[in-house]
Amino acid sequence: MDKDATQAEEKQNTNLEEVVRQQTVRRNILLTTPALVVLFIAASGPLLVMFLFSFLTPGDYGGVKWEASTQAWFQVFFHTDIFDDTVSIADAHLSILWRSVKLSGLTTILCFVLGFPTAYFIATRPAESRNFWLFLVTIPFWTNLLIRTFAVLEIIRNAGVINSFLLAIGVIDAPLDMLYTDTAILLGMTYVYIPLMILPIYASLERFDFRLVEAGYDLYASRLKVLKRIIVPLIKPGVIAGSILVFIPSLGAYVTPRILGGGKNLMLGNLIELQFGQGRNWPLGAALSLTLLAIVMIALIFYVRSAQRAGAGKDS
Amino acid sequence: MYAVRSGPVLVKIANMMFKQKFSVTRMPGFSVVAMICFFALYMPLAPLVIYSFNEGNNIALWEGFSLRWYGSAWENELVQGAAIRSLIIASFASVFATIFATMAALGTTRTKPYRGQMTIYAMINQPLMVPEIVTAVALLILFALIKQATNYHGFAYLIIAHTAFCIPFAYLPIKARLEGMDNTLEIAAADLYARPFKTFRRITLPLLLPGIFAGAMLAFVISLDDVVITEFVKSAGQDTLPTYMLGQLRRAITPEINAISTVLLGVSVLLVTLIFFMSRKRGN
Repeated sequence: MDKDATQAEEKQNTNLEEVVRQQTVRRNILLTTPALVVLFIAASGPLLVMFLFSFLTPGDYGGVKWEASTQAWFQVFFHTDIFDDTVSIADAHLSILWRSVKLSGLTTILCFVLGFPTAYFIATRPAESRNFWLFLVTIPFWTNLLIRTFAVLEIIRNAGVINSFLLAIGVIDAPLDMLYTDTAILLGMTYVYIPLMILPIYASLERFDFRLVEAGYDLYASRLKVLKRIIVPLIKPGVIAGSILVFIPSLGAYVTPRILGGGKNLMLGNLIELQFGQGRNWPLGAALSLTLLAIVMIALIFYVRSAQRAGAGKDS
Repeated sequence: MYAVRSGPVLVKIANMMFKQKFSVTRMPGFSVVAMICFFALYMPLAPLVIYSFNEGNNIALWEGFSLRWYGSAWENELVQGAAIRSLIIASFASVFATIFATMAALGTTRTKPYRGQMTIYAMINQPLMVPEIVTAVALLILFALIKQATNYHGFAYLIIAHTAFCIPFAYLPIKARLEGMDNTLEIAAADLYARPFKTFRRITLPLLLPGIFAGAMLAFVISLDDVVITEFVKSAGQDTLPTYMLGQLRRAITPEINAISTVLLGVSVLLVTLIFFMSRKRGN
């Protein structure tokens, strides 16, 4: 009898716990719903619609005809001659794809080469002044991308500050044609995205224990060796995070190549836009967007993998 | 001979210098690169600001100080309209995004892991991971369908698009703030028979406020600065300041653009400075 009562009580308790737990879950779901609805309407949902559109036929004046077709995906990689229907590799698309990957990779490298010493410099300042330097990096990070690109445009123009300066000191006789070249895009993207490299590397360095460096020197390691064997391996997560944060927006860059590339040096973002404007080929634009997204996802998976590996390496 | 004798002395001097100068953290050349980097970050902005005060029509030829271009931008109806539109959209988007992000942060932080939580994280962070141009054309496609079906061409599209990409920016600081709070005060309030809503209003919300404020301001800046998504979502005559500027860049550039840029730059710097000092105070 007594035993039964305790059992019943226990059962009630677990029931109560279960009820409370379910209530919390319900509360959590209710709380997140509005955000998820907005994100579904204006972020994930549109991607699904775009996936659908990549399998439709282009309309005559933009838009689509509701006829299924895999032509768009075919066109991403192959080109059909309009006169004799011979199929060849779509050189134009692939060269733009290659340029996007190449420029993004170079941007990432350049950001690292400049950003790592800068992050190191900030992290080795006394604690009071560190915030000031950090602030100097944060300001450009939060200022308008368009304005910063426009600022780069102004200084690399033929009559811009750089050319005027170089002409004045007599290094060059005629202005350098920097604008509307790949170099211009590279410089612009590096300028725009470098805070995204500095900040995560700084975050890693801030936690870095400099006594390890001291130990390295005690064991007669050279500076280069300390850098290569102690500092870089330990801040690797920050370097990887910074690289991915620079690489991904560079790959999808639209504003910078449009302004600094002058419409002839296209990147993937501009090629996509073209399909929705003059190209009037929405399905191809959709397929190209999804191709870009796929590359980004591959980069992200690579990032997660190497972050895990770096994390595991630290434990062992 | 001389070299041999002076050898030990040199070593001694070197040792003295070494002891004084040697710093564990020093890396030769790094400070130089850092200085170049800081210089390069700010140098391009200088001509932009300086030429906004130029008297003449040129953005490269200095003809004396004047506020002429600020006046002309102020009186330009297109700029006025774009500025008002930018402010309206940024206000609505940041308010909505902050409210939704606060709720979402409350629903995902300080709670036992539950099924679907990873999906929720993935959805909230999606705008940070998917390139803007991809979201932009996807929105163009979806909204073109809706525009065709409903014939509605108003602001709502821009506001909802901006709200969506502002959510993660508002969410992250609020979540960080929540994670740093323990729930002892809330439990105490509940022990004293405060109803859940009252506990929230009198305890959780005031403690969370700095995070909410930082999130709202970040969302506002992000919305104000957006070019790509706005460019693809806007209907005719719905230019915001950034898309207006992007359109102007195709034409002959006058210092008016510099003037608008300088004002926008000022607003961003002001807001970021505010956030920065607020978060520092919080840290102390």
